[in-house]
Amino acid sequence: MPGSALRRRDAAVGYTMVAPAVLGAVAFVVAPLVAVVWYSLHEWNVLASTFTFTGGDNYARMLEDPGLRDSLVASLWFSVGLVVLNVTLALGLAVLLNQRLPGTTTFRTFFFSPVVVSLVAWTIVWSFLLQADGGINGFLSTVGIDGPNWLRGETTAMLSVIVVQVFKNVGLNMILFLAALQGVPEEIQEAARIDGAGAWRRFRSITLPLISPTLLLVSILTIVGSLEVFAQIAVLTGGGPGTSTTVLVYYLYQQAFRFNDFGYASAVSVLLFVIVLVLTLVQWQTRKRWVFHEV
Amino acid sequence: MNSTTTRRTRAAATGAAAVAALLALTACGGDGQGAAGEPETPDEPVDLRMTVWTADETQLAQFQEIADAYVEANPDLVSGVTFEPVPFEDYTTSLTTQLAGGNAPDLAWILESYAPEFVESGALVDVGPVLEQTEGYEYDDLLDSSLSLWQKDGGLYAYPFSNSPFGIFVNTDQVEAAGQENPADLVAAGDWTYDNARDIAAAAAEKSGKQGLVVRDFDFQAWENLSSVWDGWGAAPWSEDGTQCTFTDPAMVDALTWIHDATFTDGAMPGPGTTADFFAGDAAMTITQISRASSLDDSFAWDVVPLPAGPAGQQNVIGQAGIGVFAAGEHPDVAADFLAWFTNPENAATLAAYFPPPRESLLNAADLAAANPLLSEEQLQAVVVDGIQDAVTKPTHQNFAKLQETVRAQLDGLWTADADVEAVLTDTCGAIQPLLED
Repeated sequence: MPGSALRRRDAAVGYTMVAPAVLGAVAFVVAPLVAVVWYSLHEWNVLASTFTFTGGDNYARMLEDPGLRDSLVASLWFSVGLVVLNVTLALGLAVLLNQRLPGTTTFRTFFFSPVVVSLVAWTIVWSFLLQADGGINGFLSTVGIDGPNWLRGETTAMLSVIVVQVFKNVGLNMILFLAALQGVPEEIQEAARIDGAGAWRRFRSITLPLISPTLLLVSILTIVGSLEVFAQIAVLTGGGPGTSTTVLVYYLYQQAFRFNDFGYASAVSVLLFVIVLVLTLVQWQTRKRWVFHEV
Repeated sequence: MNSTTTRRTRAAATGAAAVAALLALTACGGDGQGAAGEPETPDEPVDLRMTVWTADETQLAQFQEIADAYVEANPDLVSGVTFEPVPFEDYTTSLTTQLAGGNAPDLAWILESYAPEFVESGALVDVGPVLEQTEGYEYDDLLDSSLSLWQKDGGLYAYPFSNSPFGIFVNTDQVEAAGQENPADLVAAGDWTYDNARDIAAAAAEKSGKQGLVVRDFDFQAWENLSSVWDGWGAAPWSEDGTQCTFTDPAMVDALTWIHDATFTDGAMPGPGTTADFFAGDAAMTITQISRASSLDDSFAWDVVPLPAGPAGQQNVIGQAGIGVFAAGEHPDVAADFLAWFTNPENAATLAAYFPPPRESLLNAADLAAANPLLSEEQLQAVVVDGIQDAVTKPTHQNFAKLQETVRAQLDGLWTADADVEAVLTDTCGAIQPLLED
C-alpha cells in the first residue's frame, strides 16, 4: 500500500515535469493539426467572416485545380533538385574534410556558418547577388560571360532557389556525415586496403554501408525540409516567373493569406501533411533494404 | 486496463476541449454588416489602432497630432490612437492576416483595387450615418464621384481620404544634363506625349548611366500600376462591369507593346530585377502619386507635371485610398467617431498636404498650396486640381486578389526581350476569364 502511494506520488511528479512540454505540444502541434482537418471541411473566408460546413468539397476541388497541379510539379522539381544536390554535396564535403589536411577546420566553419545565419537575411543578400545587374553577373562579366537574369527565367529561377537553399543547409548535413564518417573504424578500412581494395571500392563497400543510418536520417530531414520551403520563394521569386516556383507551401499561403480562402488552404495543408507522412513512412519501411545497421 | 482506458478518454477529452477553444478563438466572430452608431462611453477609455501603409515620419506625425487632439477632446472615450505602418507591398495580406488571427485593427487604410472585395465582404461597418450626423462635418461637400467605389446599397463602407492624382516627377538636373527639353515646356506647348517622355527618358538614362522613366511600385509584380500609362491608350484590363477580359483589345496590345519596347528596345524604362528609386536620384522621371512629394529633398532639382497624352489623348488617373472601420474590431462605434474627427473639414485641410480630400471646397490650388509648401500653386493646379477632374482609378474588381496574382503570373511572359505580346495577352485572357465570371 505505501509502495503504491509512493508510486502515485512519483507518477504525479513525473507528469508535472513533462506537463509543460506535453501541453505545449498539444496546444501548438496536435490541436492545430486536428483543427486544420476540421477547417478543411469548411468554406472559410476570413474577410467575409463566413464559416460554412461543405464536407469534402475542398478535396473535390483539389482534384480539378490546375494551380495545385502546377505547384505539385514545382515542389517535385525543387525537392528532387535539393535532395540530390544537398546530399551529394554534403557527403562530398564531409569526405574531403574528413582527411587530415591543413585548413580543414577553417573550411568546416566556412561551410557551417550559413546554417546559423538568419534565413531571411541570407535570402535577401542572395536576391541582390542574383539580380540582373547583381554580384554574380558582375563576376561573370569579368570573365566574359553574359549571365542570365537569374530570377526571371523559369529554369534559372528554380535553380537559383535550390542553390540558395543548398548553400544555406549543406553545412548541417555535412557535419552529420562527418560525425558518421569519424565513427567508421579505421581497422576495417585498413583490412580492406591490405586486401587490395581501392579508394572507391572501400567507399562503396565499407564507408557507405556503415554511414547508411546517417544517410537515411539526412534524406528524411532534407526531403521533409524541402517540402516546407517558403521564405526563400517569398523573398526571391514570389512564386514566379509565371508559377514556376510556386511550390506547395507557397501555393497554400496564397490561397489562405492572399485569397482569404482558409478552408481550401487547410485542405491543401492536409495534402502536404499526407505527402510528408507517406514519404517518411516509405523511407522508413525501405530502410531494411539499404540501411546496414541501426544505431 | 480500466485505468488506462480512463486516462485515454481523459486525454482525448482534453484534446477535444483544446481544439474547441482554438476554434472558438479563431473561427467565429462575423456578425454581419451593420452601421456604426453613436459611441457609448466605455467603462475605461479605449485604445484605437489604425493600419496605414505610409512610414513617412512627417505624415505619421501629422496623423498623430490630429489623433492627440481627438484624445484630448474625448478623454472618456479614448486613451490613445496608434498608427501602425505596414509595408505597402504586403499591405493587404498583412491586414487579412490580422483579421484571420482575430486581431482586427479598429480602422485601416484600404487600397482602391481591393475596395469592391472589402465593401462586399461585410468586414466593414457602414460609416455613412455617423459622418452625416457629426456636427460640422459637411457631408454634402464630399464628391459623389469619389465616394461611389466605397458605397453599397446606400451605405458608405469606407471614406476615400486620399484621391491622389498620378503625375510625373522629373529630375530636371538629369534631363537638362542630357540636353533634353524640359517636360514642363512640352506641357505648355501641348507636346507632352508618352513618346516624347520615352525619348527624354532614354536620353537621360544614357547620359546619366542611371534609369529613365520608372513606374513606381510596379517592379514587374504590381502590374495594376501600369494603368497610369495604358489609360493614355484608353486601355483597360477588363470591361467596366468586370465580366469580360479586355487584355486582347487593340488598345491594350498597343499600350503594352509600347511599354515592352520602351523597356527592352529603347532603354527608357528599367528592366526586371533592376531597382531604381527616383527620390534617391536613381532615375530621371517617375510616375507616381502626388502624395509621394514628401519624399523629396533638396538633393536635386525637380518638377512635377501631369501624365502625358497617349494615342487616345490625356487621361488623368487617381489612386484612391479609403479608411474603413472593421466590424470585427473591438470598438467600431468609437472608431467611426474618430474617423469623423480625422476627416472633418478642418483636418481634411491639414491632410490635404499629401492626401487630396474628396471635398469640393478644398480642391482648389490656393487651399492645397496652404497645406503643401513643397509644391507651387501652378503645380497643384495642373496636377492635383485638374488631375482629379474626370479621373479614372486604377483597376478594381471584387475578385481582385486572385486576378492580381493570375495576371502577374501571365504577364511574366511579357517581360523578356523577345516576348510575343499578343500571344501573352491571349493567354492572360484565357487564364482570367473564369475568374471574371466567378
